[in-house]
Amino acid sequence: MSATSTVPARVVRTSRRSQLLVALRAPSAVVGVVLTGLVVLLALAGLVGLTPYDPARQDVAAALQGPSATHWFGTDQFGRDLFSRVCAGLANSLRIAVVSVGVAGVIGVLLGVFAGYFQGLLDRVVGVVTNVLFAFPSLLLALALAATLERSWVTVSLAIATVYMPIFARVARGPVLSLRSVDYVTASTAIGRSRLSTLFAHVVPNMRGILVVQTTLSLSWAILTEASLSFLGFGTPPPAASLGGMVYDSQTLSTVAPWMLAFPGAALVVFVVGLNLVGDSLRAAVDPRSRGAR
Amino acid sequence: MSVLLMLTRHPVLRRVLEAALTLLGVSVLTFTLLRVLPGDQITASYGIEAGALSPEQLADLRAYYGLDQPLVTQYVHWLGGVVSGNLGVSATSRQSVLDMTVAALPNTLELAVLSIAIGLLLGVPGGLFAASRPGATRDSGSQVASLLALSLPTFLVATVVSTWLANTFGWNPNGEEFATLAQDPARNLQQMLLPALVLGVSIASPVFQTARASILAIRDEDYVRTARAKGVPSRRLQYRHVLRNALIPIVTIGGLQFGFLLGGTLVIEQIFSIPGIGRQVLLGLNQKEYAVVQSTVLVIAVLFVAVNLATDLLYRVVDPRVRAE
Repeated sequence: MSATSTVPARVVRTSRRSQLLVALRAPSAVVGVVLTGLVVLLALAGLVGLTPYDPARQDVAAALQGPSATHWFGTDQFGRDLFSRVCAGLANSLRIAVVSVGVAGVIGVLLGVFAGYFQGLLDRVVGVVTNVLFAFPSLLLALALAATLERSWVTVSLAIATVYMPIFARVARGPVLSLRSVDYVTASTAIGRSRLSTLFAHVVPNMRGILVVQTTLSLSWAILTEASLSFLGFGTPPPAASLGGMVYDSQTLSTVAPWMLAFPGAALVVFVVGLNLVGDSLRAAVDPRSRGAR
Repeated sequence: MSVLLMLTRHPVLRRVLEAALTLLGVSVLTFTLLRVLPGDQITASYGIEAGALSPEQLADLRAYYGLDQPLVTQYVHWLGGVVSGNLGVSATSRQSVLDMTVAALPNTLELAVLSIAIGLLLGVPGGLFAASRPGATRDSGSQVASLLALSLPTFLVATVVSTWLANTFGWNPNGEEFATLAQDPARNLQQMLLPALVLGVSIASPVFQTARASILAIRDEDYVRTARAKGVPSRRLQYRHVLRNALIPIVTIGGLQFGFLLGGTLVIEQIFSIPGIGRQVLLGLNQKEYAVVQSTVLVIAVLFVAVNLATDLLYRVVDPRVRAE
């Protein structure tokens, strides 16, 4: 129907992996990769300490300066360099997002896959646990967990992981239900391969696309959740820099130092938009229903 | 036992039982979660003076609050109280949590209803617009807009918009004391406008995606083709045959967004100083008030489970195909 696309819509039947790589050539995906790459670069600089200033170093004489050649993003009320702090804040977001989505992904996918493949009691138990966790609004659950535990970036990651674990479990369980009775899977167990080995050799690899999409989108949600928690005062504790906390601090100084709101806010938005653009393009490649319309 | 088995056969009863089981799990989780919170009820209500208490006094107080009982006993006791409407008492304001919740809940519900209305008003026409020419500029343009709306953190939008309006136009209705809808409708609606807009825009995104996808799917259905073939006029076809059926998943997503809203109100109520249920949780956490946090979190979860159950059951009424399964 649409004759606007320049690349042929249907590439010769290729493997799943290259299908995902092809998806990344869409214009919106390219923008997403560039934005994410840029922000991740800054985050890595913050992570290894390659920032122009120490993000925690106070210099009261230089407080509340606007953006300049010496302080690219200006300084905050303590004279701390905002560019360095944005880098450190991005590093904080990246670290928490990767750890939380990693933990949630591994545990959630294993639970979902086992529940869907072996069924029975395990499936019921996993079902009840996910239902209970889904009964709380995600931000509320993350907040309650983060407030309960000793505050550090690790506990914040674990709190966010607990919220996203059931989502991974549910996303992973669905396709297993249909894959478990597919001919090549039954054939594999028929010729004597164990059920467990069949699961990881033939079922899980076929879910790669869905899982890659889910992971990308979860990373952006995790970043948003962490930022919201920090904004509410229940994220990574100060003096560590967090984007949400920086936005919160900027509120009272918005007339004097608007850059204190602008730069951390923009960094956060660029990060999330970039990841969502990538995730959306990948989803279009994996989910045939959303493909036809593009 | 066989009666129970029969009950689980019936799809509606089964769904209700499932919700009840979920609620039981929710209560256990809420209870244990907040028992682990640093500092107990005694340090919370006596503050630093708790350090001056003798071991005997401390033991007496622990016995008074029931903290020396086994956890299971404490849980059963707590649940019994909750079921009979005793949600505990706030140590700072000496108000019962039930009263606080009854006062706060209408504000949150008002905010939620307004936000869902705004989300639907933006999302459904947007979906119709995008689906009218799939693949065209209007489609990809609205998709980009929806992706942006989804990516903007509500706390950031709220902060930027409210500080901008206050600084440039001196308009800051939320700086004044909050008025409920019954007290002063004009002021209340002014105070609700920005929060509802911010939440509404973020809900509009999933509503838009669902509306677009379901319109596109239904457009290709056989009965739509038949209707077109027998000469049903285009406008009537759009509304009578396509939109009407496309509304089913849209209503569902509206219900599902309710949970997101209850989470979203945490942030939005805080920023706009709206005394709702989300703010009650945050205040409780900041003041280390067990009873308040525990009961309010439970109320929110129960509300969420109830709305999901209602959406599910409504779905059955609206869509006969689900009933047939």
